Amino acid sequence: MSSHGIRDKVAIVGMGCTQFGEHWERSVDDMLTDAAHDAYASAGVTQDDIDAFWLGTMGSGVSGLTLSKPLQLDYKPVTRLENMCATGSEAFRNAAYAVASGAYDMVMAIGVEKLKDSGYSGLTGARPPSDGTDSTITAPATFSLLAPAYAHKYGLDEETMKEVLTRIAWKNHRNGSLNPRAQFRKEVAKETIAGSPLIAGPLGIFDCSGVSDGSAAAVLVRAEDAHKYCDNPLYIKALSFASGPATGALDSTYDYTTFREVVASATEAYKQAGITDPRSQIAMAEVHDCFTPTELVLMEDLGFAERGLGWKEAMAGTFDLDGDLPVNPDGGLKSFGHPIGASGLRMLFECWLQLRGQAPPERQIPSVTEQGKTLGLTHNLGGQPGAAVSFVSVVGSELG
Amino acid sequence: MAGRGIIGYGTYVPYWRLDRSKITAAMGAGGGRGQRAVASYDEDTTTLGVEAARNCLRASADASVDRLIFSTSNPAYLDKTNATAMHAALDLPSSVTALDLNGAPRSIEAALGLALNAPGDNLMVLSDIRTGRPTSGDEASGGDGAAAFLIGDGSSAPIIAHELGSATEVAEFLDRYRQPGDEFSRVWEERFGEQAYLPLAQRAVERALAEAELTMDDIDRVSVTGMHARAVRSVSRLAGDKLVNDLTAQIGNAGGAQTGLVVASILDEAEPNQNNLIIRLADGATATVMHTTDAIADYEPFRTVASQIEGGNDALDYNLYLTWRGFLDREPPRRPDPERPGAPPAFRSEDWKYALIGSRDRSSGAIHMPPMRVSMEGGAVDDMEPIRMADIPATIATFTVDRLAYSLSPPMVAVVIDYDGGGRFQAEMTDVDPDDVRIGDRVEMTFRRLYTAEGIHNYFWKARPAAS
Repeated sequence: MSSHGIRDKVAIVGMGCTQFGEHWERSVDDMLTDAAHDAYASAGVTQDDIDAFWLGTMGSGVSGLTLSKPLQLDYKPVTRLENMCATGSEAFRNAAYAVASGAYDMVMAIGVEKLKDSGYSGLTGARPPSDGTDSTITAPATFSLLAPAYAHKYGLDEETMKEVLTRIAWKNHRNGSLNPRAQFRKEVAKETIAGSPLIAGPLGIFDCSGVSDGSAAAVLVRAEDAHKYCDNPLYIKALSFASGPATGALDSTYDYTTFREVVASATEAYKQAGITDPRSQIAMAEVHDCFTPTELVLMEDLGFAERGLGWKEAMAGTFDLDGDLPVNPDGGLKSFGHPIGASGLRMLFECWLQLRGQAPPERQIPSVTEQGKTLGLTHNLGGQPGAAVSFVSVVGSELG
Repeated sequence: MAGRGIIGYGTYVPYWRLDRSKITAAMGAGGGRGQRAVASYDEDTTTLGVEAARNCLRASADASVDRLIFSTSNPAYLDKTNATAMHAALDLPSSVTALDLNGAPRSIEAALGLALNAPGDNLMVLSDIRTGRPTSGDEASGGDGAAAFLIGDGSSAPIIAHELGSATEVAEFLDRYRQPGDEFSRVWEERFGEQAYLPLAQRAVERALAEAELTMDDIDRVSVTGMHARAVRSVSRLAGDKLVNDLTAQIGNAGGAQTGLVVASILDEAEPNQNNLIIRLADGATATVMHTTDAIADYEPFRTVASQIEGGNDALDYNLYLTWRGFLDREPPRRPDPERPGAPPAFRSEDWKYALIGSRDRSSGAIHMPPMRVSMEGGAVDDMEPIRMADIPATIATFTVDRLAYSLSPPMVAVVIDYDGGGRFQAEMTDVDPDDVRIGDRVEMTFRRLYTAEGIHNYFWKARPAAS
């Protein structure tokens, strides 16, 4: 029994991504229509060319009808799926496998989420009836558990820890200020970030990703067909997914400074892609910066920094736009918000732009333009520390 | 009742105190001197009772429980028995009956009568949360608390105190009264009640002393308890310098639980062969001569009343007190209301939800909270034994303060705790200042009401700072 991956078997030949934000005037149907048709245009195909669809959404609709009705699909298969905050990536992963299997020639992965209609702060979701003993703390609170644990383990005082988290938010907002699709398109001063009202633990409002609406889509074909549609396709190098046993809150050996699911999914992805030194081989990474301590821990879990040194690298600018390994060059969840079904595909959209030289000049990264690196990584995380699902993809602009 | 008596006891005084001067400061009236104990936002008479019962059982390791008898004037549920939740929280076998004797504070006499007269070791739990209209005497003088007594024939554990004589006088008169559904009691003009109670108390005392074949000179301590402050003061004059503190100044008058707390405070300090006259006034008067035995010298209460009074925190503000009791309806966070627990899932997980029983893998020893069928260490399937975690202390591994979560008293404090001897759990923390939580702090478990949704009280366990 073994996992084999689908390295270089499937290519992305077109993508679409809406602007993310508070779309009071646009419905789920509107956003799906926009993202799908942008992706068709990008690939130079029509809706009739797509053989099957994978729709990721956590709570903005159920069943394939959520997509087939607004797009008026002609009795095509639509799989609607959910995998917590990794939902968009999961749509992409399963769509890619369908192409790799030979079942279809051309498929679409599309994600959507409309969060702003709920009227609530943060994320909400219906849960099955329970015995009432499940934790009811919010997402920022679960991820804020990382901060004191990390600081305690590596000897950072509260002030230094706050500076590290602040710089991560500052960096992502700065990147987002250069991105017209982002929800927040302004730089935010470190003092503003550090002084923002507390939400959970040491996390202020600026340590949390926004709440927004959005949609993104990709058109996938077999790699050998890619050049029929696109001069410079992106090839899938690796797709991995880890769903953990959720023992963090049961197991005293878990210390809240890592996501075991991320380590597992990254290890698998690097194996599939033949990556041995992610820090030097990868041109850019889009990671799940739902809250600032998450990005800090991810830098170590993804192998971008040594254990206990991620905070120093973050402070030194390693992950800045012009750093050794730009992380969230599009602004990340911090600037885009997190419309759950759409985020994973939004991350891929930045790889689509950057690795193919289509990012606007002010956001282009030297690791691609000067050093000629060709690989991008996306990472999606669902759940909470100790009980998570994690997705990692590696895509590249060249075969082999 | 011959040959039966108290073989163990425990009390619970909630952590929070309202200084009565804060009522005066906020309202320009009411309040007064001293403090009242306040059940926290996550406590009700059932949870207070569970804590008192746990303290009782932890001091009485040799006792079994053959019958659980619960009395309160402020039950969490009507129609539904409240003692069954306590029964579940105490992990008592289903063959042990659980009964509510609720209603007027006088209902404790029914509980006591049953506990004294039914065979076996009977656990009697008295619990109350007292309220009053803002600025009223009831608001200021009321208190919240619980007391539990194990009463048996001495075969499982020695009798530490027993009755020598007891007498009750009853009369119908309007002292205090409340319509079902009302938030507060109403009281008649006080001088009338004083005159109604005094002769009843005098006759009850005379008859109890006669039955005990003692005179007032033989009595060492006298307690007078009841909700009618003026009548209590008047009857207390019978006691002279033998009168014990009725705790009202320190923690308020806990209604149906007050007598239990005062008797416990007497037992906390009692010598062997001490004669105590216990007088309580409630729609009549009852007097009991309670005699301590030699065994009291060896009885160690788990936590004394005095230590719990000492451990209180008087930082509670009046507006928070009103909020906790539901008298101030504050703006909720922009979050969904909490979901009601489902009856079937709660029924399936009774051992976990109510008794905090996890599962321990027989091969690896790994403790699972909540209980699991498949071991997280080694993957053994269905090779688990139950393990009760409620009385095991723990240490904070990491924590957060959630300012967004729904809570009746935000912010919510969440902790990840590691139990002594193994086992980890993520719990809410209560009775704590959010600024005082640190990794490495010691905690203990406490049974609480997380919230109430659609008429269902969601009971579960939380962590609180370990008592020093």
